Amino acid sequence: MSPKRLIARLDIKGHRLVKGIHLEGWRFLPKHPNAYCYDYYLQGIDEIIYVDAVASLYGRDSLKEIIRKTTENVFIPITVGGGIRTIDDAHDILRSGADKVAICSQAVKTPELISEVANKFGNQCMVLSIQAKKNTSGRFEVWYDVAREKTEMDVMEWARKGEALGAGEILLTSVDMEGMEKGMDLELIRQVSQVVSIPVIASGGLSNAGDFVKAVGEGADAVAVAKAFHYGRVTVEQIKREAAEQGINVR
Amino acid sequence: MSKTVSIIDYGMSNLLSICRAFEHIGAMVQVIDKAEDVLKSDYLILPGVGAFPDGMKELAKRGLVEHIQQFAGSGKPLLGICLGMQMLLSKGHEHTVTDGLNIIEGEVLALPKDMKGYKVPNINWHSADENAPGNWKGSVFENTKNGTCFYFVHSYYAHPADEKHLLATSQFGDLKFAAAVKRENVTGTQFHPEKSGEDGLELLRRFIRD
Repeated sequence: MSPKRLIARLDIKGHRLVKGIHLEGWRFLPKHPNAYCYDYYLQGIDEIIYVDAVASLYGRDSLKEIIRKTTENVFIPITVGGGIRTIDDAHDILRSGADKVAICSQAVKTPELISEVANKFGNQCMVLSIQAKKNTSGRFEVWYDVAREKTEMDVMEWARKGEALGAGEILLTSVDMEGMEKGMDLELIRQVSQVVSIPVIASGGLSNAGDFVKAVGEGADAVAVAKAFHYGRVTVEQIKREAAEQGINVR
Repeated sequence: MSKTVSIIDYGMSNLLSICRAFEHIGAMVQVIDKAEDVLKSDYLILPGVGAFPDGMKELAKRGLVEHIQQFAGSGKPLLGICLGMQMLLSKGHEHTVTDGLNIIEGEVLALPKDMKGYKVPNINWHSADENAPGNWKGSVFENTKNGTCFYFVHSYYAHPADEKHLLATSQFGDLKFAAAVKRENVTGTQFHPEKSGEDGLELLRRFIRD
C-alpha cells in the first residue's frame, strides 16, 4: 500500500484561525495560526492546508503574511485555498511561499482555470477543492462559495472532470460532516476515490484516530484534520500510531 | 569569508522555499540567473518544478546549460532538486524526448500508471533506502538513518544507466526508483529536502559541509 498522509487544515479569517460547523458559524481560536501550524509541524504532520474561510478580497495581505511566516520555520508542503479567482491570484499565493493552490468556487464558475493553473505551474500545484453535500435523494452535490451556493453538479462527475482538466489532487470536504466531530463521510470518500486516479484528500468530521483508518480504508490518500487538532481532541502521534498498528504505511 | 549557496533562478521553481530552508540552517544564500555567476558559485543548487522540456528550454534560453556542465566538472558541490535532479541526466521522456544536461548518464521515464494503489502524480512521503551498504558515507545522506522519509512530488523518475550512480532508492509499488543520484561532486534528489521537515534540513546541512 502507498503511504498515507496526515494533513492539518487551518481555516483562516483575517489573521486568525477559525473553526465552524458546516463551514459557517466561525469561532476564533485563541492562538495565532502560525503557532498552531508550528506545533503540528513539530508533532510530525505531513502537510499544511490553509483555507481563507471568508475568501474575501480584503484581508489577502494577512493571509500572505501568514504563509510567509509559516515558510520561515515550517519545512513541509503548504497548500493554500480560498478566494483564488485568477491565474495571477494563484501566482501571488505561490510566490508568498505556498507549494500548491486549492481552488473551489472559481473552478466551478470557470473550469478552464484548472487547466490554466495546471499548465502554468504543473498538475501537482493544482488542488481541486470540492465542497460536497448530500441532497435529499442521497446524491452528492457540488456546493461553492463556502457552501452557500449550490450547483446541480454531481460530485463524482465534477471530480472526474477536474482530473481531466488537469487537477493533481482533490481536496474533498464533506460539508455535512464538517466541524461535527462525528466521523467522516465514508460513502463520499469511497465514491470519489473510485472514480478518479489522482490523490484524494478527505476532509471533514474526523474525531479520532479510528476515523483516519476508516477513511484510508475507503480509498483516501490523505486525511485533513482541523477541529480535532485545534481543540486538542487527538494528536498527530495518536493518529499515526493507530494507523501503523492497523498496517497503514505512514511516516 | 563564509561560502555562499547559489540557487539558479530560471523561472521554474519554488525558489522561496529553498532559500528559506538554507537561510534557516545558517547558510548565506544568493539567487543567480546569469551564466557567468554559475562558475563563481561555491555551492550550486539547480531547483525545478515543472516539465523536463520546459526546464531545459529555460536553461538554454539563459545560456546556463554549458556553465552548469562546467561547474559539475569543477569538483564543487552541485545539488539538483526534483526536476533539477532529473535534468542532470542525459535524456528526458516527458511529452517528447529531450536532451538533458548529461552530467549523469541515464534517462528520465514516466512513472507507471498501473501500480495498484499508487497514483500519478506521486505526491507522498517515501522512505529513502541506502542502495548499497556504506553507499551514504561521504554523501548528503551521511547523517541520515536508512529508511528516513522525504517528500516527493513527481510524475517521472530518473533511471541512471550505471547503478553506481544510484545513491538512494524508494518504492513505487513494484518499481524501485532513484530517490537520489550521485556522481562525484554532483548529487540529485527526486524529493524536496526543503519540504521534508527536519530530516530534509539535515541533508542540506550536510551538503554545505563539503
